[in-house]
Amino acid sequence: MTAGHPVELEPLFGDYPLDQAFDEMRAPGGEVRPHYRALAETLAALPADELRRRKQSVDLAFLTQGITFTVYGREEGTERIFPYDLLPRLVTASEWDSIERGLTQRITALNLFLRDVYSDAKILADRMVPRELVYSCKHYRRQMRGLQVPRNVYIAVVGSDLLRLSTGEFVVLEDNLRVPSGVSYMLTNRRVMKRTFPQLFSSYGVRPIEHYPQVLLATLRSLAPEGRPEPNIVLLTPGVFNSAYFEHTYLARQMGIDLVEGRDLVTHDNIVYMRTTDGLKRVDVIYRRVDDDFSDPLAFRADSALGCAGLFNAYRAGNVTVSNAFGTGLADDKAVYAYVPKMIRYYLDEDPILPNVETFLLSEDKERKHVLANLEKLVVKAVGESGGYGMLIGPQSSARQREDFARQIDANPRNYIAQPTLDFSRAPCLVDDRLEPRHVDLRPYILFGDKVNIVPGGLTRVALEKGSLVVNSSQGGGSKDTWVLE
Amino acid sequence: MLSRVADSLYWMSRYLERAENTARLLDVTMGLMLDPGGANADERWQRMTAALGRPLGIAWNGSLESRAHKLVFDHLDPSSVTYCINAARENARQVREEISTEQWQRLNRLFHHIHSPNAQTQYATSAGDMLASVVDGIHLFQGVGDSTMIHGQGWQFIRLGRSLERAYATATLLEVYQSELFHAHERESSGYQYLELVGLLRCSTAFEAYCQVYTADLSAERILEFLVLNRDFPHAIRYCVDNIRTAIESIQRAGGRRVPDEIFAGVGKLHAMLGYTTIAEILATDAAAFLHNIREQCLRIHELVYRNYVHYSIQSALAV
Repeated sequence: MTAGHPVELEPLFGDYPLDQAFDEMRAPGGEVRPHYRALAETLAALPADELRRRKQSVDLAFLTQGITFTVYGREEGTERIFPYDLLPRLVTASEWDSIERGLTQRITALNLFLRDVYSDAKILADRMVPRELVYSCKHYRRQMRGLQVPRNVYIAVVGSDLLRLSTGEFVVLEDNLRVPSGVSYMLTNRRVMKRTFPQLFSSYGVRPIEHYPQVLLATLRSLAPEGRPEPNIVLLTPGVFNSAYFEHTYLARQMGIDLVEGRDLVTHDNIVYMRTTDGLKRVDVIYRRVDDDFSDPLAFRADSALGCAGLFNAYRAGNVTVSNAFGTGLADDKAVYAYVPKMIRYYLDEDPILPNVETFLLSEDKERKHVLANLEKLVVKAVGESGGYGMLIGPQSSARQREDFARQIDANPRNYIAQPTLDFSRAPCLVDDRLEPRHVDLRPYILFGDKVNIVPGGLTRVALEKGSLVVNSSQGGGSKDTWVLE
Repeated sequence: MLSRVADSLYWMSRYLERAENTARLLDVTMGLMLDPGGANADERWQRMTAALGRPLGIAWNGSLESRAHKLVFDHLDPSSVTYCINAARENARQVREEISTEQWQRLNRLFHHIHSPNAQTQYATSAGDMLASVVDGIHLFQGVGDSTMIHGQGWQFIRLGRSLERAYATATLLEVYQSELFHAHERESSGYQYLELVGLLRCSTAFEAYCQVYTADLSAERILEFLVLNRDFPHAIRYCVDNIRTAIESIQRAGGRRVPDEIFAGVGKLHAMLGYTTIAEILATDAAAFLHNIREQCLRIHELVYRNYVHYSIQSALAV
């Protein structure tokens, strides 16, 4: 790439298709968007196999570093490297500014909602959110009623999924308020990209994200129980067989805290201890990567071997902080999701900055009729599921699958919602030495302690299969580094 | 440090030491089998498996090729090199946050190497080269660990595991060999006898070190003295026990919790037993029994480590 000589970009794209979906790199007319120009020029100037060579060297590095996730159900080769794409996804400063404000507003409202529902339930009394919707949610935890949580923070660690529609507008698809994962891939992608495209990276002026573990630690520390000035903070993992185990070890190491499993913890007189070589040591804050159900066999599922018996009582006594709090899954229920804009108006008296996706609640007779008549155009999701499970994508489904879902919906309408099939944005990916567009979403990571803190960017997830709309890593999705520009 | 973590580090280290020991013993034995004289293949194989603690499933069947291949690659056989490396890596994976990235990468590379088709090809071309590459990988892991990991409690547990495993393995090896060493016609220095003695020393990577101390004049008595009582050679039992003692003292110092004296008593006893004896004394009584006693004491130390650092009762811990 030499200054002054415009680089020929056409060969780079070949038969790269453009249609009504928003393309992150190219405007509808085909010209490269201004902020993608430098990236496109760099790519065009590279020899064809150079990118492949760089990709191979990164693959090898991932394998030796053990940056892998576990695939269930096979004996040999159960570890795979996380699929990623070498080209960054770019977000301009002004786009990011509105995302950041929108998410801050949304998370603040969701936290107020949780606090309200688990105390006075004013929003239910005012009939803004239907009572039966809340109380029928399978993630509602009556054990949490009337319980004071530290600093009133229920959701300290959040990952919300954003999509960009064909209008170029970002919308929130869902909020992950239980145990969102993927942040280690965000951090690893960044390290890889800095090594793969050092000049490009520095010429772009990308806002840093590397301080995430430090901010997470500060967030957890700010939530420590009163009177524990030097809190002992631990990360609770389900163990080595969990698919996100790499992330757990990564975060624990980056924060310099102990990674514990349920079997390392004991409670005595409502105090949680961990077993160390020097005897029992008191635990003050638990960053929990275990679902509610498996956290404490005494309070939740009795057959769980992953948690720590007595943990919930210690939590209720205020002797230990558990983050996120129990019962937060209530607010990321996909039916409750439909009410988030109302919550924002109710609690904050503001208009939502980031809109929701249009959502049909199947417990409403009128909406259910409409959905059942239009199943082939809609996406139906089970309300309490995540990871791309329990989903019907109308346009890609068979008549039989639709019948199946219709029956399930009739049997339990509260368990499902429907949304229009979104033609969300696509970004160029490297496929067989060529650029091809693939659908992407964006999952920024939000931390909430003293205040809301969002590291600029997040994990851009990619549906690596052509035409696929599913970005979840459990369903063949990959990721990209996200560069928020200064 | 978490008890579970200490446990994993300790076993990671023991398994790697075991893999190294197995790889080296196999390499030396296969080398010795090239020479026709002395013991026959069956006896040699028996002796080697006895030195490995008589693992099941690798009994001699007349084919060195198949037996040795199994001992290297059979990932279902707990005595195989591959099994030990798998187990070490699995332990390391569970304490990924405790060991350094460099260590993890070394171990990971070793793991991927032994599972790769390359390793099979290399083994087919030259089993010795392949086994040497495994030993190299383990040495690199240990070296990288020593220079990149904080020498805190975790590192001491690694050192403890390695030293205990090594002391036990050397004692077992000598116990197996000693009857032959001393029941063979003394001073009958035929070429074959010489090769056997060199083989014994090579099993502990001790040949060159021995020569530096005693010259190449090999005698059973001196070999025994060197491998049991030398205080400067890393595979000598006494050296290992010194290390065990230092490791336990450091673990104790780093923790600051008072532990019952039994663990110091246990280690101190073995330490004193090796520190205050001579080879003449050992030979005057019963060398086999002496070596056997060392093994028993190693097992006892292992139990004490568990009882005090890993599987202690909650009641006793709350009472402190």
